[in-house]
Amino acid sequence: MKSIFLLFSALALVFLPGLSRAEDSLADSGDSPIAEALAIIKAVGREGRGNVEAGRAWKQVSAADSARLPEIFRSMDDAGPLAFNWLRTGVDVIVDREIAAGGALPLTDLGEFLMEVQHRPDARALAYEIIARVDLPTAEALLPGLLHDPSVDLRRGAVQRLIDEAAKTREEGNQDGAALLFRQALGAARDLDQIQEAAKQIRELGRPVDLPRHFGFLMHWNVIGSFDNTGREGFDAVYPPEKEIDFEATYPGKEKEAGWSEYVTSDEYGMVDINEPYGMLKEVVAYAYTEFNSETSRPAELRLGCKNAWKVWVNGEFVFGRDEYHRGMRIDQYRLPVQLDEGKNTILVKLCQDHQTQDWTVEWQFQLRVCDATGTAILAPDRPPTPVAAPPERKRRG
Amino acid sequence: MWFFDGALPFFDCGRDPRTNMRKFSLREFFAYFACFAVCFQGLFLLVSRAHADWLQFRGPAGNGVLQAEPGKPIFSSGNSVAWSMELPGRGLSSPVVVGDRVFVTCSSGVRQETLHVICFAAANGAKLWERKFRATGRTMTHKKTCVAAPSPASDGKRIFALYSSNDLICLDLDGNLLWLRGLTFDYPNASNSLGLASSPVIADGKLVVQIENDSESFAAGIDPETGTNLWKIDRTKAANWTSPVVMKGAGSGGEVVVLQGSDGLNALDPATGREIWKYEGGAATIPSSAVSADREVLYVPSHGLTALRVGPEGNTARQLWRDEQQRPGTASPLVLDGKVYTVNNAGVLSCADVGTGERLWRIRLKGPYGCSPVAAGRHLYFFSEKGVGLAVDVSGAAGKIVGEIDLEERILCTPAISNDAIYVRSDGHLWKLSDS
Repeated sequence: MKSIFLLFSALALVFLPGLSRAEDSLADSGDSPIAEALAIIKAVGREGRGNVEAGRAWKQVSAADSARLPEIFRSMDDAGPLAFNWLRTGVDVIVDREIAAGGALPLTDLGEFLMEVQHRPDARALAYEIIARVDLPTAEALLPGLLHDPSVDLRRGAVQRLIDEAAKTREEGNQDGAALLFRQALGAARDLDQIQEAAKQIRELGRPVDLPRHFGFLMHWNVIGSFDNTGREGFDAVYPPEKEIDFEATYPGKEKEAGWSEYVTSDEYGMVDINEPYGMLKEVVAYAYTEFNSETSRPAELRLGCKNAWKVWVNGEFVFGRDEYHRGMRIDQYRLPVQLDEGKNTILVKLCQDHQTQDWTVEWQFQLRVCDATGTAILAPDRPPTPVAAPPERKRRG
Repeated sequence: MWFFDGALPFFDCGRDPRTNMRKFSLREFFAYFACFAVCFQGLFLLVSRAHADWLQFRGPAGNGVLQAEPGKPIFSSGNSVAWSMELPGRGLSSPVVVGDRVFVTCSSGVRQETLHVICFAAANGAKLWERKFRATGRTMTHKKTCVAAPSPASDGKRIFALYSSNDLICLDLDGNLLWLRGLTFDYPNASNSLGLASSPVIADGKLVVQIENDSESFAAGIDPETGTNLWKIDRTKAANWTSPVVMKGAGSGGEVVVLQGSDGLNALDPATGREIWKYEGGAATIPSSAVSADREVLYVPSHGLTALRVGPEGNTARQLWRDEQQRPGTASPLVLDGKVYTVNNAGVLSCADVGTGERLWRIRLKGPYGCSPVAAGRHLYFFSEKGVGLAVDVSGAAGKIVGEIDLEERILCTPAISNDAIYVRSDGHLWKLSDS
């Protein structure tokens, strides 16, 4: 027995100091026993960098007392998307443990975190989720105050409540009241299904809806085509519009000379259909150009829907591109964070069509809007009136 | 227990003068220890076989089969529901079963941005834990599929959950987060607007993922301990929803992981990503290949169905036969007891000889099928998109339907089999089916 004891003692002497040092290094940082663990988690990077360290730190965070939840939530503000998942999972473990033990969660602190809109939207939505799990009546009472929340997840519940109330009002015969409630819901709605429902109801009640303006779709463009995309090589090819924007210039195209023309769409969802000016071409490239006047220098998002290969430049800087064809399209399919300059900003879209001949590969189109991170439209001060119910116009420049 | 006996010294021999108990030499100690370890391992294997974990898409060998004694079908009627549990979100992913636990992935929310990993007790369906994550990659999919389309995999100690958003999450069996990756966060154009569906596999102790689409395709071997890349190779830029399979080969651990795509097959060393052999005959991009029980023959959805046998050195594969009439639909082929089974898009089940490809019989089932069949004993199990499960006895001259259950929900997931039970899920529920 003595020998076994000695053996284990020797092993303990070898290994335990290292372990305890690791624990100490996590624990003894600042006033908070989990501050360093939180920092380690937030340091995770691409391709798994920091995973091992984050795994150890996560054990410490997830073992923390529930009183530490506000600190964990605050730490989410500057966490990247991967670190946020580490942290939110730690929160889940703490909350599950506390609820299972019949303990009390710091709901007031979480509620105050929820109400401080400067915090990260998805962290605030998580705080609300916990409140709803523990105290549903209070969560429901908080809902109307979230109608214009920066978190799309939070405002969705408030919008739905308003839509339901508006529908009930309409059923009761109060058409004017219903129209106003639906209008209020539409103003707050950022999810497509809710926008479409509110818009449909408002129109049925005899009132107009300007959906392109609500979304912030860009309706006025200049287009040029078509260049060669045989073998999908046009995606990487650099054609003249990528080097200069000169509306008077013409260039050798795939089969004939290519020149700029104006294109205005009246589609409710801002669809720019390149087939309209050029016909049902295949293995071709076109470009669309527009300018956007921003009142201030500010961060923004370009949100693109497109089922063709595409590239986007803002103010001459390449933003992103994607070499995918006919795999589907939806509003806000791609979110492209950009920095807008005060005044004029140029936006160039490259749109490639491939060789496929099936009927579902005919489309050669895109829709693009300018909004903030919540999806709220950013409207240029000189935005033209929304084109209405007229076929798309095409007018040759020069 | 002798090794806990206080009279037992490690470094002596003979008998203790106080207790007169036998003393062991160091050599004897290790000999006893080795015997004990072998016995324990044998016992563990027996237990494992009895429990027969279902660790990944299409089961232990990735061919849809759980080796089991012929017996009664696992389910026979609507009375076969042992339990059902509500799920918080959608999913085409298969359940995986490790010991007495069932693991399921889901995606929820209007944009499918919430990713779930849920652990249930196999015995009674009690939810043991749930972890939620926020998608870091694109969540757009075709409306028929969803973000929780790839099936999770397990090495018996950990769960590796992959989603169409390319979020890859590793948890231990108790729900502790071990590591995570955002593969679209790492490789921004690796996504498919219709959704991804390839399931990860464990090969030679490495986690292998196959992420293929029109814009940025790759395969990677990932260290299951750390989540970091062991290797990463470019793949053909073309949409592909098939899953890798593992078979014998000249990889450094005696295995190769076979990647299927529109160009054909590439067999890679799971440890390094080095190509061992390839097949350039083209292959389907939805149904995956099935591997034989001895893991030496692959049945590939290529020009109908093509059988390839790995060479004796494990670094080549030669064609055994090809039948252009056996054309798997969405469902992957299945190999059981000398027969290979395919289901076409019309819901016709074909049975052929594995050695020659000769078709033996065909029967029409109640399709359509969006998932692959599974098998145990002498029964094949099918779940249609309409929610109808069939048990087909294939031991006779032709297949015979011997069990039927209508779950009345759309089923798109390939089920799991473990412990004389089938686990199958819809967008709304997880069921355990068993007549035991």
